[in-house]
Formats: sequence, structure tokens, C-alpha cells
Amino acid sequence: MPPDTAVRYALEARRLGKRFGSHQVLSEVSFGVPPGKTFCILGPSGSGKSTLLRCLNFLETPDEGEVLLDGERVGFRNGAYMKERELSLLRVRMAMVFQHFNLWPHLTVLGNVIESPVYVLGRSRDQATADAQVLLSKVGLAEKQNVYPHTLSGGQKQRVAIARALAINPKVLLFDEPTSSLDPEIVGEVLLVMRQLASEGMTMIVVTHEMGFAREAADTTIFMDAGKIVEVSTPDEFFVQPRTERARQFLQRYVR
Amino acid sequence: MTNDFLTVFRHFDQFLGGLWNTLWLAGATLVFASILGCGIAALMLARQRSIRKLVAFLVDGMRCIPFLLLAYLVYYGLPELGLQFDSWTCGVSALVLYHSAYVAEIVRGAWTSLAREQINAGKAFGFHGYKLFRRIILPQLFFASAPVVGNQTVQIVKDTAFLMIITVPELTFVASSIQATYFVPFASFMVAMLLYWVVTLVIEAGVRRVEVSASLRRAA
Repeated sequence: MPPDTAVRYALEARRLGKRFGSHQVLSEVSFGVPPGKTFCILGPSGSGKSTLLRCLNFLETPDEGEVLLDGERVGFRNGAYMKERELSLLRVRMAMVFQHFNLWPHLTVLGNVIESPVYVLGRSRDQATADAQVLLSKVGLAEKQNVYPHTLSGGQKQRVAIARALAINPKVLLFDEPTSSLDPEIVGEVLLVMRQLASEGMTMIVVTHEMGFAREAADTTIFMDAGKIVEVSTPDEFFVQPRTERARQFLQRYVR
Repeated sequence: MTNDFLTVFRHFDQFLGGLWNTLWLAGATLVFASILGCGIAALMLARQRSIRKLVAFLVDGMRCIPFLLLAYLVYYGLPELGLQFDSWTCGVSALVLYHSAYVAEIVRGAWTSLAREQINAGKAFGFHGYKLFRRIILPQLFFASAPVVGNQTVQIVKDTAFLMIITVPELTFVASSIQATYFVPFASFMVAMLLYWVVTLVIEAGVRRVEVSASLRRAA
């Protein structure tokens, strides 16, 4: 990276494109998230939101474009694909919260939270455990540290997943529809934790259908349709006066 | 009849020796068949279709033949091709070969049902290569397949009895030679059966503990 370009974005996507076979899932997707900001990605199902998120940490390899983490190119080095080892070092500077939690069932709650800090980041077990306990208290699950994930409710699992994500001190937190597989009455407990993180200045990219959350917690909303970014705006603009007809249609269907 | 049992008990040390050999054979088979079975399972999931097909065909074939025939083939058949080994080597090889096919099928099933997203979660948190396998995949495969492999162990123990026909001095071999020497077939075979029964009970108790441990760690 040329050292003279000041890094304005914690994470930046430049003209990302992705095809599955002949189906163009993403095209020309560009945006930049400044440090400490929360971006919500909104749009109808199948608009490419989740694929976009997975292209950011290269769980899906984009066919075109660049991803920059703190100004550093992800996935490529000198025009060739990175080795898995190098890619892993970049991935672990982001963290992901999945729609279906994807906690590791063979590890306890505490084990899930300290797994990457101990075995990827090489922190001592004692240090990682102490940090994990602080994070588990923060998400309100301190007393659950020694149970296995299958005994938890969906909301509890997702809060553990958030603690697991925070434990690696990520530059950016990626949320892939974190509340879509939860019962409506427990969505709130997860959103509460996410709001708190946003207000503490965590950098977050949230793919969601929770319009209330986007409206209150987002600094910027990105509206996607058919693999393209249609609107980038503040939530006040987007929810009150969307600029495009497509966004108006979407909002009519999703809000109330 | 009481005298028959007394005769058997006078030679109980020989039964224990046979039992020890049986346990040793079953233990070695479990270890080596597990290792070989994992390797075969990996081949059954290979990228090349031709390898997958071939290995699946061989595994199915192995599971379709009676173990006794395989033991005969290895001990009496291979020398014709110039491959001659002692009875122990033949016995263990036949057991390992036969049971690795079963283990392979069990492990393949566990691997196929391991959610793709579990691996993605590992990658997203910086795991890759060997560490991804060792920390995220292997433990889940272990807890999914250990109870089933545990039950397979009972089958392994019972199959060791076939090795008497290739003169491996395991429990059934001992029982058979004692009854032939002292003409006490009922007492001798009864005692051997009881010993097999005890071994099976112990294995089943162990399997139940593994099951409890696995169900704690079950997915979702």
C-alpha cells in the first residue's frame, strides 16, 4: 500500500462483482465504512446482501473488485490469490456473526469465545478466559460459561456468538442477518446488545431486515436490489424520503 | 457336570490368557481400523469422481463378504501368491481390513452431515488447514461417530473368535482346546461365553458414557 494515502475507511469495497454460474449476484458494489460507524445493508431477499458480506471476508471469493481492510488489500497479494495462511490473518481482524449462530457445538460457551484468541491469536488461556468472562457479562451470559450451546435459546446463542466475535478485537464486525432465525419476542435482546456496541463506537456492517434497528442505530443505510447498490443515505433520508421508486416500494412492503 | 466346571476352573489361567489375547486383538483392530477407516473415508469424499466410485465399490464389497472367508483367504490363500505371514499378522490384518470398511462408512456419514457453515465459522475466525481440521472438524467428527464406532467394537470382539480357525490362541481357541483335551465341551464353552458377555457389557457401559458426552456436544 502506498503510505501517502491516508486511510479513511476501516473497510472498503471497490467495484465488487460476483457470479454464481451465469447469475450475476453482485455487480459494481462500492462503499467505504469509516472507523466507528455502523452501516446497515437493506434490501429484498435475494438482492445479494449476504453474498456481499461473505465477499468482504472472502468466505466467498469475489470475481471482480477489491476489498481493503484498513487500507490493506484482502485476498490478493501482487495480483495473485493469497495463501490461506495469510488470508486467515486478515480474516481474524474482522469478525462475523451468522444468521444461524454457527457456534461450535463441541465446545462450551467459554470454549467458543476463547477458541480463536487462544488457537489463532496465540493469547494465553488465562488471559483469554479473563477477557471472555468480561465479554460474556457484557452480553448478559456470565453464568452460562460452562454449558454447551445446544442448551441455550436462540437469543442466548446469538449473544454468545457476539461475544465470540468481540473476543478477537476485530476492526470490523460483520453481521449476517443476526436476528432472522430468532423468535420475534427474543429479537429484542440481541438488538439491545448490537445497539450498545454501535453506541460504543464499534465499526459494524449489518445485513438486516430489522428496519427499526437500521433507523435508530445506523449511521448509513445501503439499499441493495438485484446485486447493485441502489441508494446510500442516512437512515433519516432513507426512511423518510427515499430517492428511488424501488426503495419506496421496498419500504412500503417492509415497514409496518 | 460340577466336575467339568472344576476341570475348567483348574485351567482358568489359560482362559484368562485367551481373553487377554482377544482383548489385545480387538484393541489393536479398533485403533488401526479407526486410522485406516478415516483415511478411506477421506478417499470416499475425494474430489475425483473416479476415486470416490472405486473406493465406495471396494468398501461395499468388503462389507458384503463374511469375515470367516476373508480370514481363510488371508491365511491360506495368500501363501499361494507367495505372501506368507504368521497367524497373528494374518489375523490382525484381516480384522483391520474388514472393520476399517465399516469405520469408513461411519466416518463418511459423520463428515457429510457436518454443516458446511461450521467450517465457514472456523475460517471466519482465522482457522485454516490443519488447525481448522484439528480444532473444528475432527472433534465434531469424533463426537458424531464415536458412539457408532463403539458399537462396532462389540462386533470386532466377536469376530476375533473366527481367528481360532487360523490358530490364533484367543479365547475361543483356548475354550476349544480345553474341551477337546478334557472332554468338557459344555463347561468350557459356557465359561468362554460368559467371558465374552462380560467384555461386551463393559464395552457397552463405555459406549453409553461416550453417548452422554456426545449428546452434550450435539449440534444445535
